[in-house]
Amino acid sequence: MTKQGVGSRVLRKEDDRLLRGRGQFIADLRMAGLQDVAFVRSPLAHARIRGISVPPEYQGAVFTAADLTDIKPIRAVSGLPGFKVSEQPSLACGKVRHVGEMVAMCVAATRAEAEDIAASVQLDLEELPAVHDMLAGRKSDTALLHEAWGDNIFLETNVEVNIAAALDAPIKVTREISTARQCQVPMEGRGVVAHWDNRLDQLVVHSSTQMPHIVRSGLSECLGIEHGRIRVISPDVGGGFGHKGILLPEEVVLCWLTMRLGHPVRWLEDRREHLTASANCREHHYRITGYASRDGKLLGIDCEATVDSGAYSSYPFSACLEAAQVASILPGPYDFPSYRCRTWSVATNKCPILPYRGVARTGVCFALELVLDAIAREAGIEPHELRLKNLVRPEQMPFDNITKKHFDSGDYPQALSRAIAAIDLPALRERQRRGEADGRLVGLGMAIYCEQAAHGTSVYAGWGIPMVPGFEQATARVTPDGGLELRVGVHSHGQGHETTLAQVANEILGIDISRIKVLHGDTAFTPYSTGTWGSRCTVMAGGAVSRACEEIARRAIAIGAFMLKADAGTLSVRDGCVCGPAGSVTLQEIAYVWYRRPQDLPADVNPGGLEITAGYKPQRDSGTFSYGAHAAVVAVDAETGAVEILDYVIVEDGGKLVNPMVVDGQLYGGLAQGVGTALYEEMPFDGSGQPLASTFADYLLPGPTEVPEPRMFHMETLSPYTQFGVKGIGEGAAIAPPAAITNAINDALRPLGAAELLHSPVTPRRVLQAIAVARMGKAA
Amino acid sequence: MKPARFEYERPSDIAGAIALLQREDIAVKIIAGGQSLGPMLNLRLAQPDLLVDITGLAELKHVEESSDCIIVGACITHADMEDARVPDVTHGALPAVARSIAYRAVRNRGTIGGSLAHADPSADWVASLAAIGADVLIRGPAGQRSLAVADFVTGVFEVALEQGEMVEAVRIPRISRSARWGYYKICRKTGELAQAVAAVLHDPEQAVFRAVIGATESTPVVFTDASSLFGGNSVTERPHALDAGLADQALAAAGMTDKLDRQIHVVALRRAMDKAMRA
Ligand SMILES: Cc1cc2nc3c(=O)[nH]c(=O)nc-3n(C[C@H](O)[C@H](O)[C@H](O)COP(=O)(O)OP(=O)(O)OC[C@H]3O[C@@H](n4cnc5c(N)ncnc54)[C@H](O)[C@@H]3O)c2cc1C
Repeated sequence: MTKQGVGSRVLRKEDDRLLRGRGQFIADLRMAGLQDVAFVRSPLAHARIRGISVPPEYQGAVFTAADLTDIKPIRAVSGLPGFKVSEQPSLACGKVRHVGEMVAMCVAATRAEAEDIAASVQLDLEELPAVHDMLAGRKSDTALLHEAWGDNIFLETNVEVNIAAALDAPIKVTREISTARQCQVPMEGRGVVAHWDNRLDQLVVHSSTQMPHIVRSGLSECLGIEHGRIRVISPDVGGGFGHKGILLPEEVVLCWLTMRLGHPVRWLEDRREHLTASANCREHHYRITGYASRDGKLLGIDCEATVDSGAYSSYPFSACLEAAQVASILPGPYDFPSYRCRTWSVATNKCPILPYRGVARTGVCFALELVLDAIAREAGIEPHELRLKNLVRPEQMPFDNITKKHFDSGDYPQALSRAIAAIDLPALRERQRRGEADGRLVGLGMAIYCEQAAHGTSVYAGWGIPMVPGFEQATARVTPDGGLELRVGVHSHGQGHETTLAQVANEILGIDISRIKVLHGDTAFTPYSTGTWGSRCTVMAGGAVSRACEEIARRAIAIGAFMLKADAGTLSVRDGCVCGPAGSVTLQEIAYVWYRRPQDLPADVNPGGLEITAGYKPQRDSGTFSYGAHAAVVAVDAETGAVEILDYVIVEDGGKLVNPMVVDGQLYGGLAQGVGTALYEEMPFDGSGQPLASTFADYLLPGPTEVPEPRMFHMETLSPYTQFGVKGIGEGAAIAPPAAITNAINDALRPLGAAELLHSPVTPRRVLQAIAVARMGKAA
Repeated sequence: MKPARFEYERPSDIAGAIALLQREDIAVKIIAGGQSLGPMLNLRLAQPDLLVDITGLAELKHVEESSDCIIVGACITHADMEDARVPDVTHGALPAVARSIAYRAVRNRGTIGGSLAHADPSADWVASLAAIGADVLIRGPAGQRSLAVADFVTGVFEVALEQGEMVEAVRIPRISRSARWGYYKICRKTGELAQAVAAVLHDPEQAVFRAVIGATESTPVVFTDASSLFGGNSVTERPHALDAGLADQALAAAGMTDKLDRQIHVVALRRAMDKAMRA
């Protein structure tokens, strides 16, 4: 048997159906009597609803907040001190607070007809001043989203460690840095199909979600129905990235609607809804100062960070997940003595913020790594030299950093050095001196980050949001013919769990992965889980599968010992067999006896048999810290502002890699999204809070020709706290590219003077503007 | 994003199509490749009562080559041009333009007639066919007429078609073997519409030196005699370096107020000429 266990590059089992177009997504569901829903969404960012009028012929097909008297608004409260609570009505009530907010729900036999009805509904809206700019909104006490608050601030935090000591450092660099608002753009949008199962007396909700169990809890709270009467099924899901890590108001109202009408109802998010009603991530602003000694030793960071949190607090992550994290993770993988970070989560007339792959880290890494390059220029040293002087060193591990993050293991300097070696820095600098034949400017940029992943109870209890992860569980069941079923509460939508969790089981039991079925995405038969987010599944669900399989092994040994007439202490499980010095018996034979010939079992057999649910937490649940060093070489066309990525290197350490090929896939995907953040993706808003991109003609995504083929290198520094030493890596590659690429662009533009790009995405126009500003500066 | 209700007809001859187009009681729209109209229907930016699908009309797939030109039917696709399934009378110039339009899936359906009739200022055919000196052959209730591409496109998404008229074909002149052609498109990424585009045809044998700057805020800026733009006095003279100031002025005069916008359009023109001279 070829090796299939932990560390093997086996092909993904799920790809057989996905690549043949045989996946089963929400839109593939067929159900008798199904009707489609289209929503009337607010055309204004902020307005009082004076009236909603429905033409007489459509009465009965249109529902508004007035109909939904029996459901509760969505409340995602954080326990952090000072957090202000928002109530998100499932259909707007009294006011609309962002463009795209749902005002009425229209149902018809087809989506086109439902849209006809939606188009006939007239809204009488009294426009109110909109908060479209978070910095202005932070200060405004006139345009208020939630009047009772008195301001627009969900939460303000302040972290301070000895900042006074840094203030008169010889090098002091201040920058204003920001990242645009983005959409997550999974290939499949959101979607919900709800119906009532009379036999089970149960609401059945199919939803394209990353967290079926959390959705069930949220629905139970909003609808006032007990958990046992709700089943949430998440079938194949075409990408999540955080966009589907939420209780949707659409889910709530579709459940209500199917109970009201008695037939199945469906809503499928279309791309315009996605772009204009769900531009919900990444928008950060930093005013950041770095302090350093002349030779580039970092003495302190002082930052004011503002996050545009949108109109409501989303369930379960709340409105302040990003800003609250910014303060704790801004120091990155560096060691320095003084720190201050104030943060604001500002309510604005935009859709509610959600975590997007990398969560706050992408913005934080962008801000910090850009400032570090500015300091390196000031100190007159190479950017990697500056970083090497300040990175936490391997001999300091495990390391508690300035914000008390506990870095479990790693060799950050080595990762960076390997990336720089792969780029061949001297050759690159020589190439820059020579210049390009086509007149373009070449530059090198880098960024290094560490990513807390799979952090658990101790971390989330402190934030006090509606969802605190505890023990992760998995159920393992040996089938009567010796196969294995694994049931997990996490969901796989691109991560490859159907393969990697099978590999974990294979590592312990040696059952061929073709005979291991990983079942997920259904609250009816999987153990409770907070779901898939925070790069947690391999650590948490992988750990749980390990524990369950270890127990299966123990029970199989007990039966095997009886069958082999051997001492259990001399036996072990290998290659799907219980083996001992005097022979072996296959798990298939043991399963046969357990299920089919119980008369042959030992008298003292464990009655739990060959099915068990086990729970797992790492020895320490403060998180694993995977990390990566990215280096980019770009060519900038100073006449057009176009940027081409010539070379891209990723050195990545995810601890033990269960399947390095799957990890490569995660790196490709993360890089693609990082390139999008760096160069293309942006949802602009006008002064009245209107989102300005409504199709992919305006909201640009990188395509295959824009995403470079990265050169990838893996390091494997085990985590001391997790099963096999694995670390979470799912988000990592989306964190560093905006910083690395923008640093490269700034390096390329150095010959033109002080042209510095500090806002993502770095569009051709922003490049040209920066050059124009630098030219003006020179001329002056 | 589903279209509003519409009726659909697929006539089998051009007279039948014209008859449908003449109806005044309802809003009628032609659909060819659907690559521009499809999204507009889905976004409900267009809500016609009747769609007339012209892809069944054999006349519109017709191609006729003669000594001085080729006439290609309106429903010839970008891919037909790219693959030179239609004879190429431009020594590779137009197949290369076709290749720079969108990506293959769009090129398989999108048509040359649809592109001209849609008249997106950023469309590749609008700028390139104006530079090559093509004419649009128009068919209507009163018969056939023709207009130079530059006269056919009258504004942003606006063309000189009267009620009941349609684009029947495009006449593309044969260019000399010695002619120099350069086309340069600046766009954000592969498959996007242009942010700036320029085309230059220098064909002294036929006394032609034409330059076009496209992807402007209105119609393309056409220099029917580009010699002075390139430091010369006559179209037969070998061109010199681009007079960027002159090009910039022309763009400003055409209403392009943004300096950086003018800059990239001038760059596109200079690079189109560089390509022509290198060819
Ligand atoms: C993703 C994408 C990328 C694109 N990128 C580019 C690009 O880079 N460069 C570029 O130039 N274009 C691009 N396009 C547009 C594409 O080239 C279209 O094919 C073209 O604009 C329209 O041709 P069509 O045959 O599809 O016309 P349709 O969409 O069918 O029709 C467009 C309009 O023309 C009218 N019409 C069509 N045929 C006729 C006729 N014979 N007579 C009168 N009116 C007619 C229709 O009524 C309609 O108003 C892109 C399109 C897409 C979807």
